[in-house]
Amino acid sequence: MPMPRTREALVISSSLALHTSASMRPSAVRLLNILVPIKRTVDYAVKIRVNPDQKGVDLNVKHSMNPFDEIAVEEAVRLREKLKDEVKSIKVVTIGPPKAAETLRTALAMGADSAIHIEVPDSAPAPEPLGVAKALRAVIQREKDGVDLVILGKQAIDDDAGQTGQMLAGLLDWAQATFASKLVVDPKTKVAEVTREIDGGLEELKCRLPLVVSTDLRLNEPRYASLPSIMKAKRKTIEKLTPADLEVDLTPILETVKVAEPPKRIGGGKVENVDQLIAKLKEAGFTAVKP
Amino acid sequence: MLRLRPALTARSLARRYATAAGPHALVLLEHRAGVIEPGSLSALTAAQQLGGQVTGLVLGAPSEVQGVVEKAKKLKGLTGVLHSSSEQYAHAIPEAVSPLLEKLLSDSTSYTHVVSAHSSSAKSILPRVAARLDLPAVSDITSVEHDSASNSTTFTRPIYAGNAISTVRAPGSVRVKVFTVRSTAFKASTADESAQVEATAVDPVEVADLPTQHVRTDLTKSDRPELGSAGRVVSGGRALKSAETFNATLEPLADALGAAIGASRAAVDAGYADNSLQVGQTGKVVAPELYIAIGISGAIQHLAGMKDSKLIVAINKDPEAPIFQVADVGLVADLYQAVPELVEKLKQ
Repeated sequence: MPMPRTREALVISSSLALHTSASMRPSAVRLLNILVPIKRTVDYAVKIRVNPDQKGVDLNVKHSMNPFDEIAVEEAVRLREKLKDEVKSIKVVTIGPPKAAETLRTALAMGADSAIHIEVPDSAPAPEPLGVAKALRAVIQREKDGVDLVILGKQAIDDDAGQTGQMLAGLLDWAQATFASKLVVDPKTKVAEVTREIDGGLEELKCRLPLVVSTDLRLNEPRYASLPSIMKAKRKTIEKLTPADLEVDLTPILETVKVAEPPKRIGGGKVENVDQLIAKLKEAGFTAVKP
Repeated sequence: MLRLRPALTARSLARRYATAAGPHALVLLEHRAGVIEPGSLSALTAAQQLGGQVTGLVLGAPSEVQGVVEKAKKLKGLTGVLHSSSEQYAHAIPEAVSPLLEKLLSDSTSYTHVVSAHSSSAKSILPRVAARLDLPAVSDITSVEHDSASNSTTFTRPIYAGNAISTVRAPGSVRVKVFTVRSTAFKASTADESAQVEATAVDPVEVADLPTQHVRTDLTKSDRPELGSAGRVVSGGRALKSAETFNATLEPLADALGAAIGASRAAVDAGYADNSLQVGQTGKVVAPELYIAIGISGAIQHLAGMKDSKLIVAINKDPEAPIFQVADVGLVADLYQAVPELVEKLKQ
């Protein structure tokens, strides 16, 4: 085992050594290795503007971790708070330009142990879900300790594609549970109970690990990293890789022909009271239905 | 010995024939309690716009499939119906359903497109299938156009919560184009009583050791129209203080107008309304004839879910609320006075 580079890693490895030598119990249940893919996107509060060339949007704006991925990181950290030593590692991974390292640092500050940065040039076209899923599969396959649980956002708020989790589960032939609003994992039985938000209500599934979970809004409320955590995060490892290291081609297959503004909605019409409102409704053909 | 030139092998002949004959779309016809989901009927309309043949696919438990197939056979725009029954298909679990779809879409397939609604169920299935076939997928499209000469299909779809519209092309090299459809962008296909297409049974492909088990489904029960397809929607925000107030305030208005009830994310997060009522970028996208937003401020993410409504009415006591920028009829007032007054006067 390579020399631990941080104090953090020293502490973890020595506690593991204590654990195994001190017990005469039958072989330990496999501990959970959690991978959380995250994406750096335009911040959700930014009012985006389409570029005059109609090829994209103005990206010289504030960027943040995709909100659904923040929820994913938070869920992994809460799993560790609940399961304690049964969560062996929480690793975050992102595909992005050099600036995406900041997003990884945020995740490390929230409680992830280490990170992988699959670095692509600033000028590279945005990867598609299929390419991302292939890269994540490669990451998982090279993890020496394996990965038991992938938690990621259900969609990225830039492309709103919502496919990556399902595609990754498909490539790996793993179980999948999308739009999770509740996640309970039992490392001993290696089964997860997931409640999902579906059209019309909720659905509960029982899934065997390894499993890909995509997060929905109400799974949790992510924490703000404290200043001490942010400082500690600076000493956590970020491994840098290229798509070529993973033998993955991230060139998009679909061609973006144009990016345009949506038809403008002109609002601002006002009425002064309910009577006027009813008159407007009537004018548009809306009256009460017969009881 | 004479050897056939590659151009004349049966397989390439078949491929050429398929292209010359035009597209052949496979449309997932989802169903619940024997009724075909309205979203699937919109997906059918989109599939027809490709030109060419359209085959509907019905999957489900043996007890359900036959009834749905009988209805499917009468749908306008279908040129055939395929169906497959298995207890494993009862809850549309992606891991269970995918193997059959992969088989139907294998290399020698005659299907050129796979289409479904952008429903929570179908959008969990189709990307998994696409990836296993090494295909990209296009989500939540609002328009589709196929060019037979280049065998490419061009779509429009909303991005950045609908604040931009992206036009993307799947080139001819994409063997099968997989896409989900925003139902509010395509009018639902209707039944033609005289229509009668052929229904063909397909053997299910059962999975030996499914890793995922369905435990339960809890649907909110309501006599109201379904939010996703209702012609009128009354929607409430966080200003409604509690679940009791939310219901007590909105239900009379929804009843008077024959409307469905929706909610902003804030209202759902606060527990005033069920998650199935959430309207927005990551909830339901609706485009009714009438959308009344009550006590909703109008965050970008909410607008993404309702700005295609025909007539937008807003009632909010904050004159600066962003919702007024998209509302055709805005009333700055205390909703607790305005809504009961509105209900009373509507009924007169």
